[in-house]
Amino acid sequence: MKGEDKSFSHNAQKGQPGPPKGRRGFEKPDNAREIFRRLLGYLIKNKLLFLLIAVLVIFSSGSAVAGTYFLKPVINIVSDAVSAGSADGVMSQIAPLIFFMSIIFALGVVSQYIYARLMLNLSQSTLNNIRRDLFEHLQDLPISFFDKHTHGEVMSRFSSDVDTLREAMTQGMPQMITSAVSVAGVFVMMLVLSPALTVLVIALMFVVVNIIKFIGKRSASYFRSQQEVIGKVNGYIEELVEGQKVVKVFCRERRTMEGFAELNEQYRKAATNAHTYANILMPIMNNISYVNYAITSIVGAAIIVKGGIFGIGASLSLGALVSFLQYTRQFFQPLTMVSQQFNNFLSALAGAERIFAIIDLPPEEDDGYVTLVNALRDGDGNIKESADYTGMWAWKHPHTKGGNVTYTELRGEIVFEGVTFDYDGENTVLSDITLKAESGEKIAFVGSTGAGKTTITNLLNRFYDIAEGKIRYDGINVKKIKKSDLRRSLAMVLQDTRLFTGTVRDNIAYGKLDATDEEIVAAAKLANAHRFIEKLPDGYDTILSGDGANISQGQRQLLSIARAAVANPPVLVLDEATSSIDTRTERLIEKGMDKLMENRTVFVIAHRLSTVRNSDKIMVLEHGKIIEQGNHEELIALHGKYYSLYTGQFVLD
Amino acid sequence: MIKKLLPYSKKYIPYAILSPLFIVCEVMMEVRIPFTMAKIVDYGIMRQDISAIYSNGLVMVVMALISLVCGALAARFAAVAGIGFGSEVRKGVFGKIQDFSFSNTDKFSTASLITRLTTDINMVQNTFMMSLRMFIRAPLMLVSAVTYATRINSKLAAVFFAVVPLMAVVMALFGGIAFPRFKVMFEKYDKFNSSVQENLIAIRVVKAYVRSKFEKEKFKDSNDDLKKASVNAEKLMTVASPFMMFMMYSCIVAVLWFGSRLILGDQMKVGELASFISYITQILMSLMMLSVVFVMSVISRASITRLCEIIDEVPDISDKGADPSLEVADGSVEFKNIYFKYGDGKYILENINLSISSGETIGIIGGTGSSKTSLVQLIPRLYDADEGEVIVGGRHVKDYTLENLRQSVSMTLQKNLLFSGTIEQNLRWGDENASLDELRKVSEIAQADNFVSEFTHGYATELGQGGVNVSGGQKQRLCIARALLKKPKILILDDSTSAVDTHTDSKIREGLKKFRSGMTTIIIAQRIHSIESADRIVVLDNGKIDSIGTHSELLKTSEIYKEVYVSQLEGSDED
Repeated sequence: MKGEDKSFSHNAQKGQPGPPKGRRGFEKPDNAREIFRRLLGYLIKNKLLFLLIAVLVIFSSGSAVAGTYFLKPVINIVSDAVSAGSADGVMSQIAPLIFFMSIIFALGVVSQYIYARLMLNLSQSTLNNIRRDLFEHLQDLPISFFDKHTHGEVMSRFSSDVDTLREAMTQGMPQMITSAVSVAGVFVMMLVLSPALTVLVIALMFVVVNIIKFIGKRSASYFRSQQEVIGKVNGYIEELVEGQKVVKVFCRERRTMEGFAELNEQYRKAATNAHTYANILMPIMNNISYVNYAITSIVGAAIIVKGGIFGIGASLSLGALVSFLQYTRQFFQPLTMVSQQFNNFLSALAGAERIFAIIDLPPEEDDGYVTLVNALRDGDGNIKESADYTGMWAWKHPHTKGGNVTYTELRGEIVFEGVTFDYDGENTVLSDITLKAESGEKIAFVGSTGAGKTTITNLLNRFYDIAEGKIRYDGINVKKIKKSDLRRSLAMVLQDTRLFTGTVRDNIAYGKLDATDEEIVAAAKLANAHRFIEKLPDGYDTILSGDGANISQGQRQLLSIARAAVANPPVLVLDEATSSIDTRTERLIEKGMDKLMENRTVFVIAHRLSTVRNSDKIMVLEHGKIIEQGNHEELIALHGKYYSLYTGQFVLD
Repeated sequence: MIKKLLPYSKKYIPYAILSPLFIVCEVMMEVRIPFTMAKIVDYGIMRQDISAIYSNGLVMVVMALISLVCGALAARFAAVAGIGFGSEVRKGVFGKIQDFSFSNTDKFSTASLITRLTTDINMVQNTFMMSLRMFIRAPLMLVSAVTYATRINSKLAAVFFAVVPLMAVVMALFGGIAFPRFKVMFEKYDKFNSSVQENLIAIRVVKAYVRSKFEKEKFKDSNDDLKKASVNAEKLMTVASPFMMFMMYSCIVAVLWFGSRLILGDQMKVGELASFISYITQILMSLMMLSVVFVMSVISRASITRLCEIIDEVPDISDKGADPSLEVADGSVEFKNIYFKYGDGKYILENINLSISSGETIGIIGGTGSSKTSLVQLIPRLYDADEGEVIVGGRHVKDYTLENLRQSVSMTLQKNLLFSGTIEQNLRWGDENASLDELRKVSEIAQADNFVSEFTHGYATELGQGGVNVSGGQKQRLCIARALLKKPKILILDDSTSAVDTHTDSKIREGLKKFRSGMTTIIIAQRIHSIESADRIVVLDNGKIDSIGTHSELLKTSEIYKEVYVSQLEGSDED
């Protein structure tokens, strides 16, 4: 955002609707290991809990492997009995085996439930922590960050990026661990049962892994192109839905529709391909495991019947084969799972990378040490700090040398000394601005868009820091003042009025959180908002929706003036505060405004010259410089830029 | 509700049918495999018959391959049908929104329309695709597996008859409990998102008032709320999976125990027991799939409802009763006894009677909330009056098709938007076939040509989304040029020079006079300066006409007008 360019606020409602979940960012981030470690850091805040979950996961998947192993002795005993033709005592022989099997299975199920429940809490807490860290850090970032990033961009950190993390954590991680344990366990069991058949299965596995790789690659590239197109489709939707009224006025419905249909078709093609590959994986893997099953059973059966082929595997029993076949199924399933989770895992890392990138940004610096305190005068007229509210404020200035503390009364005197500023280190926005506002003076800024009017006020409350020169507040360099205290001493009514979801009362009280009802009503009356508020369905308790759709732009502005009034600061900045109020209403509130401005230092930025003419000082800005200053009469007498602006001879845009 | 969306699947019905057909084929093969497997064991191994092993093994491999091909084809068809369906719905809903009148649009917020078009449709699309793949597969697999199992041994199959209904009941129970909880979770999500978004938009206010601590507290509440709701909803899911495993293990244990007895009693073969265990896996897998489909459809029910709200919305302004051949004859406008209100609110226009003759220039002035915009919006039928008649060109506005009416009435909106594309493309909204000279001519009148020519790329300059590359005043002038290019019979400028300085404002008005003789011009303004030279000025106050007259007449007769005039005079008394 440069100067008064309003472009930034335009992107307000563009919460990028997330792409289909978990399908973003297929490229592995460069510092994947580092990101993974940080994520793990969030997860293992409670090391014991994490360990417990890991053990339970391993235990539950291990129990599935171990339980299945009991198939072998049971079937062997039974088939031997059948071959021998005697069923006596067989059941009592297998009873303990089946009993053990049940116990193992039961323990597995119980541990599965416990870890799933713990994992849910852990992952939700982790997400909660990540969201909180992200949000809290955002609050501390300098304004320049918000200039550079659209709201939609930041929002998608909260929505789609955190979402990919959720998916990876709640589903991906346990599944990865389970799968790894299963594959390992099953592999060992297979080796024990029949090394020969295991070799066969491994050979088949290579085929499968290559298929997964092939499909995975294809699917990733198709998903990428789908993401590109869906971005375009969503962009089109946003722009045209937002501009729908213009579309209607110009009868552009059909053409808009045509444009949409074209993009939509592009999306359809890309998405169909992407999903084909995603869908196809399951049936292929599933059936290949059947092929594998068939081949294994043929070879296994041949070994049993022939008593071993090529001189190996002679010891294979029927029970072992049945168990082995059961294992081959268990061996392939996790592979499919892992391949499906892998994409999720990568996009989670990419999402985490984007989140951490924000968290790692340096916060707004605040090395100020001068603070604002309640004060009172003692008998000698000296200013003393007071613990209670006194109505009088003072700057508390501890001096590094000597260690003594001085107090300066808060009066609202502002001085700019040779201030030069740029946003990007290249284009100077303000150069050599020098001005003085005595306590209680009204200073107006006039000039075309981009002349730097808003920028001046943004330097005052240190939204941005200046490159050269000094700004003094009551004689103190603002760099020495703690930012929060500096801003508390200034109230701003900004160009674009922003209200919050909540009652009218809450919105006014935003200026002073502990404001009493009387104070709120008084502020509203001052801003001339009281009358319309009373007419609202629930008066001061009327809920305003997020974008304040239920009240008019002018009314919103009145509320933001009331909000500033309740804060009751010594310095007030009105940035085009009355631009959306018609002149008649403006006149009505002028009295209130006058009262609001009484005994305060006021900076006014306005397009309408009628608003600025009775200011104590008027600064005419052009290309970042003050070209004329003085009061109305002086400037008119000067017959310069102000004069030509005032008489309408000059274009002000 | 789903029925309403079904017509959108029309084009893809063949695929939507083919996909399940191939799935049937796939499942048929799949369920036969364990059956064949039993043969390998019982006829091959037990009887030491190597040829039985080979032949059955071969059959098994062939079946698996057929199943693979069918499965892959089904997956492809499901993708084609699912995505196709989603695209059709998206197109349909987007088209429906195009038919919306202003008051239809007002009912939904822009943000909510966008979410519906994106997130909700995605949800529905994925559920549809999933259903295509699972809805046939799961029950079919269930039935076939149970059938085969029964064929192997009906006594042992009794285990399934005990387990399956139990699972079904439990799952239905889960669904019943889960749905409301998920709904709450999604609501919390919405709330969370909008509160974060609000904070981001208002970050300057937050910082200016040093409220970051307060905002962090606020955030903590909605963040914790979201966590609680999520845990509460997903808690159920953590029970589901272990429950499934429990059932599966119970079946295996039971089958092993009873199966062994049956084998020993010579009522069953060993190989059959092994394949029976395979069927357990298949049956439980299919139940698992069913539950997934079930959960997804439960979740997407909310999305479907939101889409149906759009589809069901009846556009309240349409061409019904219009004569397509009727064109607007001239620029005369007449309001007869107009009463108008938004939705169910109170009347904001009352008893408006005003007759404007063709070619006249009318100024409208009035305070914030005096319904100036509401009045002029009735002319191009952006809204319909609740009572009374709006006559344009001698005919009732409803007699014209919307296209014919709006082609003749050009209006700049207060919140005027430009779109991404070049300046030229934006201007051409007014007239697709205008020549470059015409473009330049209207731009000159709107005082836009001078600054456009200064751009390096002139009329080919790209405007960012929403026209962010030009200033507010420049945007307004481009919007006026766009409106002029339509060569309208009636031009309505709704506060469209508020960001333009008075000097340029005057020039625009001078240009307009020369632009088209006979064009009626209606100017809404807050500055007296913008309307004082109008033929007549209408003063609106609180939705009623306070007075009508020329500038000098009104100065004498209208208290309000005089007051506004005096308030603004101060700014220009040096003239």
